[in-house]
Amino acid sequence: MTATGTGTYTPKPGAAPLPRMIAAQALLETKMLLRNGEQLLLTVVIPALLLVLFSTVDIVDTGAGETVDFLAPGVLALAVMSTAFTGQAIATGFERRYGVLKRLASSPLPRWGLMTAKTLSVLVTEVLQVILLTVIAFALGWSPQGNPAAMLLLLVLGTAAFSGLGLLMAGTLKAEATLAAANLVFLLLLVGGGVIVPLDKFPSGAQDVLGLLPISALSDGLRDVLQHGAGMPWGDLGILAVWAVAGLAAAGKFFRWE
Amino acid sequence: MRSEPVVQVQALVKRYGTKTAVDGLDLVARTGVTAVLGPNGAGKTTTVETCEGYRKPDSGTVRVLGLDPVRQSADLRPRIGVMLQSGGVYSGSRADEMLRHVAMLHAHPLDVDALTERLGLGSCGRTTYRRLSGGQQQRLALAMAVVGRPELVFLDEPTAGLDPQARRATWDLVRDLRADGVSVILTTHYMDEAEQLADDVAIIDAGRVIAQGSPEELCRGGAENTLRFSGRPGLDVGSLLKALPADCSAAELTPGSYRVVGKVDPQLLATVTSWCAQHGVMPEKISVERHTLEDVFLELTGKELRS
Repeated sequence: MTATGTGTYTPKPGAAPLPRMIAAQALLETKMLLRNGEQLLLTVVIPALLLVLFSTVDIVDTGAGETVDFLAPGVLALAVMSTAFTGQAIATGFERRYGVLKRLASSPLPRWGLMTAKTLSVLVTEVLQVILLTVIAFALGWSPQGNPAAMLLLLVLGTAAFSGLGLLMAGTLKAEATLAAANLVFLLLLVGGGVIVPLDKFPSGAQDVLGLLPISALSDGLRDVLQHGAGMPWGDLGILAVWAVAGLAAAGKFFRWE
Repeated sequence: MRSEPVVQVQALVKRYGTKTAVDGLDLVARTGVTAVLGPNGAGKTTTVETCEGYRKPDSGTVRVLGLDPVRQSADLRPRIGVMLQSGGVYSGSRADEMLRHVAMLHAHPLDVDALTERLGLGSCGRTTYRRLSGGQQQRLALAMAVVGRPELVFLDEPTAGLDPQARRATWDLVRDLRADGVSVILTTHYMDEAEQLADDVAIIDAGRVIAQGSPEELCRGGAENTLRFSGRPGLDVGSLLKALPADCSAAELTPGSYRVVGKVDPQLLATVTSWCAQHGVMPEKISVERHTLEDVFLELTGKELRS
């Protein structure tokens, strides 16, 4: 058959430039996330509400100093976990279930490009969260200390650690199981990860174990820097790095696309 | 003659655990429209998904546009369009948003507005995917498969569950794709769909191709046609047989209902009607049945229902 080369559908295949594909994918993922009410509840409403509520009402004894100085770093850690872990796990789990990952896998966008776009989308969301929570914290009288570079490094490593765990869950469990488990983990880590309840409220044996959780390392590290003006919190960074490497490696190995 | 093969499958074997889904399948599809026909569980989707690069063959070779779909996936993906049997769209995305997104992933996409208009999706641009009707979801998936101006399109049961209008719209698009030089591989349960659209039909059963050819070739395979008519019960079939060519058979199936099987041509029809005239019989409900693809399909794959 000879094609005339003038029809509407006459083949003219080709992949778009890689940066354009990744940018388009990241934009779409971010839009999907911001449009989803349940996700917003998790990533915006709950952290903001906790910050305001626990700063203004004396519910938990947070030790010496302003309550908001203790809470703001914990809530920032919670924000990272809500987006990189809970939100990403649930969204990716359902994308897998509904064949979105499968369909995109046969598009010109390479799989690593899709994962890069997901990471960009998580980072964009986190920037929006950090801006919002910082504004609220300042309004509540927050006076942060410390080195911004240390804070940035903690946030990035925390994001990597939670992304690995979230994708591991999304890529191996059923979508409904991921939904349930991701929410449960969110709740448990919110309570037991030094976010709003200081770890020293727990028995000393439990403290040692809880201190190794990624959420505890992130909230403790951020608190060291922002509340106490510490330099590089190497111990916490180390814990996050181990979680990040282990989580991402396991996700890379066990992730199923359909 | 239609030219170079777009898909070449040789001795493909694919197992899921202990179940062999595809069992030494050979298939060559050339430019144009190829329909892959078969009962449920015959291995249609597995074969197509292996061509799309989703599954790695357990053994055998698969070449699509001359490329290995797994190892040369990056080169192949921009050149093919894929419509999955279901899903493939973010449940919260709007119809036109997802289509525009897929268009963005290609270098020279079709005009999205014209395509949505063409497929009757113009009115549901702002509707989220999960609120679209089943037919609209199917047409959106079809649009996503063609928007990148591919050379080859895979459609997995593109009209399953569609209403007649939507089915026509899909058929018309497939015809236009073919006319513009796009090759199409489609799986279907519908014989009429294969008969209407396909240059070539491959019938798959139990993981193998059991027949392949143009719809005409496949139908000619059974050269016998059937002529039926009704009349008075108890006519002398013996004298009818004497009037007919030697290789024909005639019988009264139920009282007053007659059947002639053989090479039914105008001459035979004239013979039968003049015999009726001689016997003072008015043949009613006279009909000539051509062998359809459905007959061929049922003959080859068996008439019994399977689980």
